Amino acid sequence: MSIALTAENLCKTYGRGNTSVTALDKVSLSLDSGEIAALLGPSGAGKSTLLTILGLIQPPDSGKIIIGGDTVFDNGSRTDIRSFRRKNIGFVFQKANLLPFLNALDNVRLAMEINDVSGREAKSRAAELLEQFGLGERKDFLPKELSGGQQQRVAIARALANHPRLLLADEPTAALDSAMGRKVMELLKEAARKHDAGVLVVTHDHRAIDVFDRIWVMEDGRIEEKNESMTRLKK
Amino acid sequence: MINLAFRDIRYNFGRFLLTTAGISLLLMVVMGMGGIYRGLIQEATLIIDRSGADIWVVQRNTKGPFAEVSKIPRNMEYRIAAVRGVKSASPFITHAVQRDHHGRVLRLTIQGLPDSGAWLPIIRGRALRQGHYEMLADKSAKLPLGTKLKLGKDAYRVVGITDRMNSPAGDSMVFVSLNDALSIQNDIPPEAVREERQSRLSRFDRVAYGSTSVDHREILASPYEKPVALPGQQISAVLVKVAPGFDPAGVLKKLRTLPDVSVYTSDEQRAIMLSGFVARSRRQLLLFRTILVTVSTVVMTLILYTLTLDKLHDIAMLKLIGARNRVIVGMILQQALLIGVLAFGIARFFGQWVYPHFPRRVVLVPLDLWALFGIVIAISVLASIAGVVKAMRTNAGEVLS
Repeated sequence: MSIALTAENLCKTYGRGNTSVTALDKVSLSLDSGEIAALLGPSGAGKSTLLTILGLIQPPDSGKIIIGGDTVFDNGSRTDIRSFRRKNIGFVFQKANLLPFLNALDNVRLAMEINDVSGREAKSRAAELLEQFGLGERKDFLPKELSGGQQQRVAIARALANHPRLLLADEPTAALDSAMGRKVMELLKEAARKHDAGVLVVTHDHRAIDVFDRIWVMEDGRIEEKNESMTRLKK
Repeated sequence: MINLAFRDIRYNFGRFLLTTAGISLLLMVVMGMGGIYRGLIQEATLIIDRSGADIWVVQRNTKGPFAEVSKIPRNMEYRIAAVRGVKSASPFITHAVQRDHHGRVLRLTIQGLPDSGAWLPIIRGRALRQGHYEMLADKSAKLPLGTKLKLGKDAYRVVGITDRMNSPAGDSMVFVSLNDALSIQNDIPPEAVREERQSRLSRFDRVAYGSTSVDHREILASPYEKPVALPGQQISAVLVKVAPGFDPAGVLKKLRTLPDVSVYTSDEQRAIMLSGFVARSRRQLLLFRTILVTVSTVVMTLILYTLTLDKLHDIAMLKLIGARNRVIVGMILQQALLIGVLAFGIARFFGQWVYPHFPRRVVLVPLDLWALFGIVIAISVLASIAGVVKAMRTNAGEVLS
């Protein structure tokens, strides 16, 4: 099994002097391909900061990030972020964030076309993905014509469109009822297995905690793996 | 690649349509301003161009009947006609009148015709047949065929309708025979004639007493004597055509030796009109157009900027999934260009129905339209810059906010 993500000693501080806030304090973690992990913690613990840094949306102050074997950040030096993100990282958020003017199929297809997949191939692959997520008959619907759960499934399909090595999800079930929330978590797990991607999910939803292979908890910018408590939580 | 601009437009079609309609109204005004300017030039030079004259003879030290008042004696045409190399010399009479006709104000420029006026663009009716009491009226005067209009002491019947014959001032032109034009121009009430005669007699008395033995009063009182009561009839100009085989410059030189008139070529008359009468209106219209183009740019910039602001979340999402800048810039620019081009098309399309209802002539010249189209494209690109800058500054992380 290959390693999807390695983060070493990530540090991030906002502000300067007396008003500075340490968002990440030497955060290190590792995630295997095909594995799904949860990132728990109270508000302000640094979960979102970690997610944006791992997603190459903002750089850390220091540390090292390796995604799928490629070092994308090493104490200041970084690769072509947008191009790398396009090919290797998928995102799922609390809101589906689908483009409202594109139907389900085109939302998925666009992600592929942006990654230089030809129109015809992108279309058939997008249709295939939506079929896998049970949305084959709704592929021509605009986001506003889909339920919250359906929108989230389209978002997951879009995130997986380019076979990313890392899939980052920020509270993907927060806007869904428990049944749908669980279904989405299971879909993410299934996606991790099927697409051999590492999936890191920031969540407060303990109802589906048993889905995760690993659990990290963040507090005051520090991270800790809670493998013992996972058994307890799963019970 | 999916065309994001078109998809977004299709999704927000109502807003797009309203925006485009608003811009098109602005462009219609800009287009109309240009057309009014061209119409002004056409109206200003219409008679000069249509008269076919080579040379204009006008009152000494004046610039001609269109630029200012010009009066020369009627008999001037005979003096001019006698000059070697002159093929024809026609009196030119033009003057503006304002009358109330069935409750509406009628502003007309009366033009005397030396012929039937068959050369005019007559769209209904016929040319003049009788020497008196017939007129051709431009359709802008809204005088139907058969209408009788009292001008001076006589009523004139409309026998033909012309198309787009307006004076340099924009008034509708009516054409009557030369003699009718003279009598309309010289229509003086009988009381005024009597007053003038009396005053002449008084002056005559002062001069005559003691210097002559003839009792002028007796002579003047005689029904067989017809003393001149008022000065002879005057015309505005004499239009000269040079005979074939003669050098127009030579004829011009000869006519310029006449001490009591000024002489211009038709090109000089045109230049006088364009540099004097039209120049100020041209500057005014140019300023208006500049302001309107600036307003259009500002309005389009604001609209496109607002449209971009509405899409910032989507733009952040596009950046997050790795869309290249050209995809995002393309979306904004394509929408801007589409709005601009469509607005131009709508303005052009509806303009052809709207402009004919303007009181002054609006002439759309292809060169002007292409120039405006170029300006619209430039405006669209300029206007999209603010949106593009905002989009480029948008961080992918804003999806999380």
